[in-house]
Parts: sequence; structure tokens; C-alpha cells
Amino acid sequence: MAIDKNKKKISQAGWFKALTFGVIQENPIFCMILGICSSLAITNRMDNAFAMGIGVTFCTAFGSLLVSLLRNVIPSRVRMLAYMTIIATFVICVDRFLKAYFPPISEAMGPYVGLIITNCILMGRAEGYAIKNGPWFSFLDGIGSGLGYSFMLILMAFIREPLGFGTFFGHRVMPAFWENWVILTIAPGAFFLLGVYLWIFRTIFKKESN
Amino acid sequence: MNPTNPWVLLVASIFTHNIALAYILGMCPLIVISRNLKTASGMGLSIIFVVTLTAVINWPIYWKILVPAHAEIISYLIFIIVIAATVQLLEMIIEKFFPPLQSSFGIFLPLITVNCIVLAVSLFMVLRKYSFIQTVCYSLGTSAGWALAIVLMAAIKEKLLLVSDIPEGLRGSGITMIVAGLMALAFTGFAGIITLQ
Repeated sequence: MAIDKNKKKISQAGWFKALTFGVIQENPIFCMILGICSSLAITNRMDNAFAMGIGVTFCTAFGSLLVSLLRNVIPSRVRMLAYMTIIATFVICVDRFLKAYFPPISEAMGPYVGLIITNCILMGRAEGYAIKNGPWFSFLDGIGSGLGYSFMLILMAFIREPLGFGTFFGHRVMPAFWENWVILTIAPGAFFLLGVYLWIFRTIFKKESN
Repeated sequence: MNPTNPWVLLVASIFTHNIALAYILGMCPLIVISRNLKTASGMGLSIIFVVTLTAVINWPIYWKILVPAHAEIISYLIFIIVIAATVQLLEMIIEKFFPPLQSSFGIFLPLITVNCIVLAVSLFMVLRKYSFIQTVCYSLGTSAGWALAIVLMAAIKEKLLLVSDIPEGLRGSGITMIVAGLMALAFTGFAGIITLQ
């Protein structure tokens, strides 16, 4: 538990708190439920999960930063539309970047890159944090929650790719006699795995919260 | 343009390529709003209406304005604005002219803007180069498929409450995921009927 010790040591520094809030303190269950809309489908490969995680982190960080900078200008009645426009701008950047430098990943993820826009985590951080706090802290909070989300994606892909395809980051890791569990690569496997993860996390965190 | 027959597309998007159970989209409301059958069917109907309407508006905007102007890059931005504006407009119209619908229909509208499948339908429409007729059939089928999924889910969850012998940690969203998994497994049984692309 080196992280915990570290956290206590530096907990006076507000910036560290803002950064770690999303990664450690925010309940992973919360993270899983909020972001599943566009992410379960792409976690059957490690590299897709990785790319998605980085993309979402970029969007939450800079989206939160911009929302926070504009927080005194955005009229509260149209703030949802304002968040969406800001987020969509950064998602376009991610989409173009993937298309230009990593065409195979962009192809595999298809419309799911564009669907980062409707990922609830981005809206959640904008509404829950960035609109009320300064730009620097919002930026860190965005990075933190993006990393927490990436961690969840990687956790899913970590089980799904080796068991489903017999590979890890595209390299064969399973022995030759291994029969691929095809179900884990398609939708039902994703649902079952997430259900099991939720069960495990809820059981662990239940004890802590009590 | 995509050569698929529009009618095939309609059936395929409901059963074999169900957006909730095969593409895992629109899950947030599927988990949260599926507590009782009445709310679920209200949400389903609103989705059918909004998805079809926005797809029908987005198609000419993309192919007749953005493509000739070589401005495909901002399509995400345009789509999301069109969706938000349509929903807002619909909300106002219902409030003003059809007050009785407000209680059964209007309360879901603000939630729909952030529903993934509204945007997803527009993105798939562009990605697979559907014609206008195909877009109408595809959006209708997709939203009907999603409505089917949420209604089935609500019905199963209502029955689950009667059993209530679920492990402590699995209650709530956990069991919803397992149910969704079983439903998705059942829906893969349709896969033999039609293959798309």
C-alpha cells in the first residue's frame, strides 16, 4: 500500500488530491457504470482499450480545463450544450489523431471514438467539478478521472484478450492447446465479465464503507 | 452507397444487430430506467421518435451540406448540436401543444440528448454510407431494437424482485449486467438469419 502512504504524506497539497480523486478515492463501481456506454465493445483488445483510455483522458483533461476557463461566461440554461460542444471539439482532435497515426486502431474502434462525446464521465466531470473550480484543479481532476477510467478499461481487456483471442497486445501468449473462449470477445462475454467485476468490487468496498 | 436492402436492414437492426445487445450502446438508461415496465416503455417510445427524427435531419445535413463543402471534420459537432436542438425543440412543442403527453413522454426528453444511441445511429449512417431510405429503416429498426431491449429488461427485473434471492454484492447494476449478458446470448441466436456486410 505504498500509494496510500504517499497519499497521506502529500495530502496537504491540494493538487495531488485533485489528481488522485478520480483514480483512488472515486469508487471504481461508479467509474464502471458511468462509462460503459461506449467502452464495453472495444475492450476485447488491449491496444483498443489503451487507445480509448488515452483518448478519454485527453478529452476529460482538456474538456474540463476549457469548461473551467469559460465557467463564468457559460449561461446556466445552455450549459449542457456548451459542454457537449467543447467535448466534441476535443473528440474530433482524438479521432483525427488516431486516423492519421494509428489507422488500424481507428478502423477497429469505428464509431466508438465519436461516441466518447456521449460518455457520461466527461459530462459528469464538467458538471460535477469543472464548472465550480479553477482551471488548474479541473485539469488535474480531468486527468485523474480519465486515468481511473482507463484503468477499468485495461482491467476488462486484460481478461478478455488473453482468454478470448489467446493474445496480449496482439502477441500470442496462450499455449497451443488453448481453445479460445469466443464468447468473451463478443457482447455477452463483456456483460458477464462486467457483472462479475461489479460483484467483486461491491463485496470489497461494502466492507470498507461500513 | 451501401447495397443492402432497406427491409433487410430494418429486421437486422432489431434482431441480429441489436444496438444494445450486440453493440453495447445506450447502456446507462438501460441500467437506470429499467426498474418498471411503464417507465421503460415510455422511454422506448421517446427514443424511437427522437432517433428516427434526428437521423432523418442529419442525413441531408451531412450528405448535402457538409460533404459538398468538404467539412466532414466538424460532423461530430454538427450532429451533437442538431440532436440537442431537436430535443429542446420537441420539449417545447410538447409543453405548449400537447400538455397531456408531458407526463408520459416529456420527462424523458432531457435524458435522451446524452443517450449514446442517438449519436451512434448518425455515426453508423455515415460510416456505412446508407442512402436516405436505408437511413430511415436503419434508424427505425435500431431504436425499436433498443426499445425492445429495455422493455424486456424491465419485465425481467420486475420478476427478479419477486425472487429476491440475489447475493448482496450482485444486487442492482451487477445483476442487470448478468441479465443483459443472458439476453445478448439469446439474441446471438438470431445471428444466422441475416448477415450484414
